[in-house]
Amino acid sequence: MAKILAVDDSASMRQMVVFTLRAAGHDVEEAENGVQALEKARASTFDLVISDVNMPEMNGIELIRLLRQESAYQFTPLLMLTTESAPEKKAEGKAAGATGWIVKPFNPDQLLSIVKKVLG
Amino acid sequence: MSIDLSQFHNVFFEESFENVDVLEQGLLELDVDNPDAEAINTIFRAAHSIKGGSGTFGFSDVADFTHIMENLLDDIRGGKRGLDQDVVDVLLGSVDCLRMLLSAAREGTEPDTAVRDAQLERLKAALEGQTQGGGLSEGAKLDVQAPEAPQGEPVQTGWRVVFRPLPELAQRGNDPLRLIRELKEIAPVQVSCDSSLIPDWERYDPTRLEMSWTVVLEENVPRSAIEDVFSWVEDECDLAIVPVVGHAPAGGDTSAANESKQAVGEVEPKGHPPETSAEDVQKSSAEASGSPDPRPSDPVGGARPAAPKKVPSPTTTASQSIRVDLPKVDALINMVGELVITQSMLNMLRDEPALQGYDRLHEGLAQLQRQTRALQEGVMQIRMLPISFCFSRFPRMVRDLSRQLDKDIELVMSGENTEVDKTVIEKITDPLVHLVRNSIDHGIEQPDVREAAGKPRTGHVWLKAYHQVGNIVIEVADDGGGLNRDRIRQKAVEKGLIAADARLTDQQIYELIFQPGFSTQEAVSDLSGRGVGMDVVRKNVQALGGSINVESESGKGSTFTIRLPLTLAIMDGQLVQVGEETYIIPLVSIIESLQPSADMIHYVGGESETIKLRGEYLPVVRLADVLEVSQLRRPKLHEGIVVIVETDRRRYGLFVDDLLNQQQIVIKSLEDNYHRVEGVSGATILGDGRVALILDVDALHGMMAREVMHA
Repeated sequence: MAKILAVDDSASMRQMVVFTLRAAGHDVEEAENGVQALEKARASTFDLVISDVNMPEMNGIELIRLLRQESAYQFTPLLMLTTESAPEKKAEGKAAGATGWIVKPFNPDQLLSIVKKVLG
Repeated sequence: MSIDLSQFHNVFFEESFENVDVLEQGLLELDVDNPDAEAINTIFRAAHSIKGGSGTFGFSDVADFTHIMENLLDDIRGGKRGLDQDVVDVLLGSVDCLRMLLSAAREGTEPDTAVRDAQLERLKAALEGQTQGGGLSEGAKLDVQAPEAPQGEPVQTGWRVVFRPLPELAQRGNDPLRLIRELKEIAPVQVSCDSSLIPDWERYDPTRLEMSWTVVLEENVPRSAIEDVFSWVEDECDLAIVPVVGHAPAGGDTSAANESKQAVGEVEPKGHPPETSAEDVQKSSAEASGSPDPRPSDPVGGARPAAPKKVPSPTTTASQSIRVDLPKVDALINMVGELVITQSMLNMLRDEPALQGYDRLHEGLAQLQRQTRALQEGVMQIRMLPISFCFSRFPRMVRDLSRQLDKDIELVMSGENTEVDKTVIEKITDPLVHLVRNSIDHGIEQPDVREAAGKPRTGHVWLKAYHQVGNIVIEVADDGGGLNRDRIRQKAVEKGLIAADARLTDQQIYELIFQPGFSTQEAVSDLSGRGVGMDVVRKNVQALGGSINVESESGKGSTFTIRLPLTLAIMDGQLVQVGEETYIIPLVSIIESLQPSADMIHYVGGESETIKLRGEYLPVVRLADVLEVSQLRRPKLHEGIVVIVETDRRRYGLFVDDLLNQQQIVIKSLEDNYHRVEGVSGATILGDGRVALILDVDALHGMMAREVMHA
């Protein structure tokens, strides 16, 4: 299945995402913030990156902006996890190169259906 | 797939409570007049994270409440609202409420809705107090889709979607094929592609999408379902969604049109009126491309969200950790405890005559002893937490209380990183709260009084923690008025605690405040006097195997010092024999042991035995007497051993028949397995399987003192 990088500073959200994706058979790695994620993304190639927006060290939007500049991630789906209360964040994310977003709160089924969609 | 979300609840709650602490801490440290952007960001992030998690894991009470809090914080962050002490107060109140909601969610109980609603009102009032100027994304929320009234005769049979992506669309990881596949899932489709825009080979750039598609959906699905598909790319394409009108079988139930948006889609509502003409695709396409600002929420008045600054964050030493359920740790500690007992049993075999000469066995046993000890220390370390877990509540408390009492008080904390057992954190918090309250309420004077006494208007409360030979010491000190010796004495006489003519040192008088039922404050104030007296504080400390004492100087302040054992489960003990019994004295309490010569022994008042040691007279407690151990005859002091022990700066001798060996012992609670016995702090199992009692040297002195007083 696909190789996915899940980025979230919240351990519970990260566990949930990782668990769900692994249960669906994906190969998942995790990172706690943008800096860590960037390191991991550069160390290997992921088919999909799902990142929280609000994180210490480096936020998700900055992460997406930097990833998009990497040739390996020029066309890779990069999704952000965001909340409905932050529409401006979506615009900001798009400007940075986000493929789309997953709106919190979400349940495992919703997550999987979105992932399935972007991975085709 | 169904995934049980409850497996993440523990982590969620732990993390959320931590975030609540971060929130509170951040708010307390916030400089209202000159707020630091990063500090506000941290606060916001904590609230945001709680909201995200609680929504996902289904705790809507928490999520809804945090949402409002987050709005207020967001306004502060975005500069839409100034910061003042009142807002901070409202937010701090909300922190408490949030804690309550989280606790209720964790326990699965009903939250106190009255408290929540009241706090919500306060939050909303604070929110509204500012928005006149700000005007959230009001203008952005364009009219939601107009109702699609089925138009009498011609029936809508489907939709025609004209989709022309910007050439850069693929560069954000979006694939037009995915979008078309998604449409196909909604309804049967006919797809046609216009590739006329693809440039010549020389100018062809495979990363740019220069095509457009027309997709006809052959079913009258809700418009929102189509918009959902394109929600991620709505500002990266020209998109026209127009109804196809025909005379097909009257299908297309529009009642589903308002179905709730999926997490996937979250379409920003657009102002497209439904088109009724199927032909005019050209026109609507043009209209779509000239559609309202693709970023609908960009607020009008320059209140753009601050571009994320690259904060040169200080390299935080992120420590790696895992969360383990406490019962697992305790089970481990218990097992190690059993191992220690087995080890000490094996150790006794070293003296077995039959086993002499087996050097390798003895080496092995010695090694086992060292390793067991190392293992035990390592395991105990797992339970250790920095005392900041307990101290962290005090800044808030001191702030609130001093505001309430119009006192000017600064709290100075030190040694927050001192590690103590988790149980200590849990059990010491209440006594410390009481002591700090006392210092604020009774200790520190009103600013005017202080000034008149030639002291700075700002009073200080110190909270210190540090290690001292085998103990954790926690001090609560203040530079207030000090204990009132005369009033304590008078009260003690009134309560019948001491005789009116009793001759007591200052120290003895101060100690009286630890007597049950003692309280000098005439008017029971709101703060103290909640039925918890200093006697309860002392009891709680003693239950942890610790002791508390007080020093005070009139006009200068008081210091309460709590001493606690480093760990609650193991200690080094000296085994002593009295009659037929074996007792254990904690090694940390022992200064020395000696067999007094006859000329060292003195009698005070003809009765009380003392020994004179290096010029100091020390009272001697006969263990056999206070513990009522039967002895064949009463030995003379020079026939046995006097163990000099020290407690809270008091020294005295414990008279025992003999000293046995020293060993590491695992403390078993007497209260849990039997009941509390005065003079005994616990029990242990010896290497040979016998149970021995661990002496509480502090209490023994008190027992003797009482015997003397009553004699």
